[in-house]
Amino acid sequence: MKELDLYRDPRAVEALVKRIRSVAVRPMQFMEVCGTHTMSIFRYGVKDLLPSEIQLISGPGCPVCVTPAGEIDQMINLSLMDGVIVASFGDLVRVPGTRGSLADARAQGARVEIVYSPADALELARHEPSKTVVFLGIGFETTVPAVAATMLQAARDEVENFCVFSSHKLMPPALHALLSDPSLKVDGLLCPGHVSTVIGAKAYEPVAEKYGLPCVVAGFEPGDILQGVYMLARQAAEGRHEVENAYSRAVLWQGNQRARRITEMVFKPGDAGWRGLGKVEASGLFLRNEFSSLDARKRFALTDKDVPEPYGCLCGQVIKGMALPASCPHFSKSCTPLSPVGPCMVSSEGTCAAYYKYGG
Amino acid sequence: MCLAVPMKVTRVEGDPDDFFMPPSAMVEAGGVSQQVRLDIVDRFPDVGDYVIVHAGFAIRTLRPEEAKKSLELFQEMTQLAGE
Repeated sequence: MKELDLYRDPRAVEALVKRIRSVAVRPMQFMEVCGTHTMSIFRYGVKDLLPSEIQLISGPGCPVCVTPAGEIDQMINLSLMDGVIVASFGDLVRVPGTRGSLADARAQGARVEIVYSPADALELARHEPSKTVVFLGIGFETTVPAVAATMLQAARDEVENFCVFSSHKLMPPALHALLSDPSLKVDGLLCPGHVSTVIGAKAYEPVAEKYGLPCVVAGFEPGDILQGVYMLARQAAEGRHEVENAYSRAVLWQGNQRARRITEMVFKPGDAGWRGLGKVEASGLFLRNEFSSLDARKRFALTDKDVPEPYGCLCGQVIKGMALPASCPHFSKSCTPLSPVGPCMVSSEGTCAAYYKYGG
Repeated sequence: MCLAVPMKVTRVEGDPDDFFMPPSAMVEAGGVSQQVRLDIVDRFPDVGDYVIVHAGFAIRTLRPEEAKKSLELFQEMTQLAGE
């Protein structure tokens, strides 16, 4: 799409930086909670363009990173079962559990297939009738409707050797858990891009109201992010706390109701554990009883177990924006992208991975 | 991780009301073509529309006029700063 070039145009970038400087009347700290924002900010060197008054910190925007170690272990155990093929998104495969990762399990003979779409996992099941394909459902509201649609298709087509291990999580409850911690100081929230496409900009109204926080939905081009930062700084300077949408080409106030309806047909909310945040009420999505036969937890009688995070690993603090990667004793010494200790270094959206790759 | 680039719809297959055959579209961007599912998209696209794609599924349809409008708003915001 040629028009997108303008969102990367250096002149637009310059103009926005000027605007930001004009409203950066005092120190302000904004948090983003979207893995793609984390990466875009680093890739485009956004922090270097901003005046020193404006700080950007990363929150729990990476679904892989917030998956507790105990769930990673469950996924690895599934992969080691006879007759099971685990289908997973790519960046989950190298996340360490208590004893190795899915990739390590694969090296031991487990069938672990990387898929780009849950639909691919269902196709895999059709092609491997003698195996059970377990799709590892990781992701926030952007990904969930696609998984729900796939499950509806599996049910319609009566594909019996397919099931889903749902580790899906919801963004707004985590935001509330995060923001109610008085030790976190933020002056505004840069709201996710495509999560917002599904849940709508209106989803952040309770956050803006309850915490008196400016909220701006932004896209991923450098111009988009700077516009988002500008609108946050402007709100903060003017003492407003509203929800503004700076990504109107992809996000509507009401979001995508169809996607949400399809999600509700298949999933229901429940309490879920987040790395770093602990248990957050009604923040996870689980399969409705009608879909028990497609529920890996029920099929394999899995039990939840709390396991400690790797010793010294600060992922939990990094995810909350309470610590920077450099303060972790493992960072870039014992924990590197090639041999990660925690998920923040593994995931393509992880904060530690971003700092390692881009510096800063 | 999200694909930021809206992709242009070149062909639409299937019917949104067809219970058994999920509708899909061929889309392209930057010379790359792929098939995407339309089960969860907010509005059914026509050829020439753009879609935002995630994990093989379209999650938003963007009409060319709407893309233009968004662009105009952005241009407004960035031009005025020069004054």
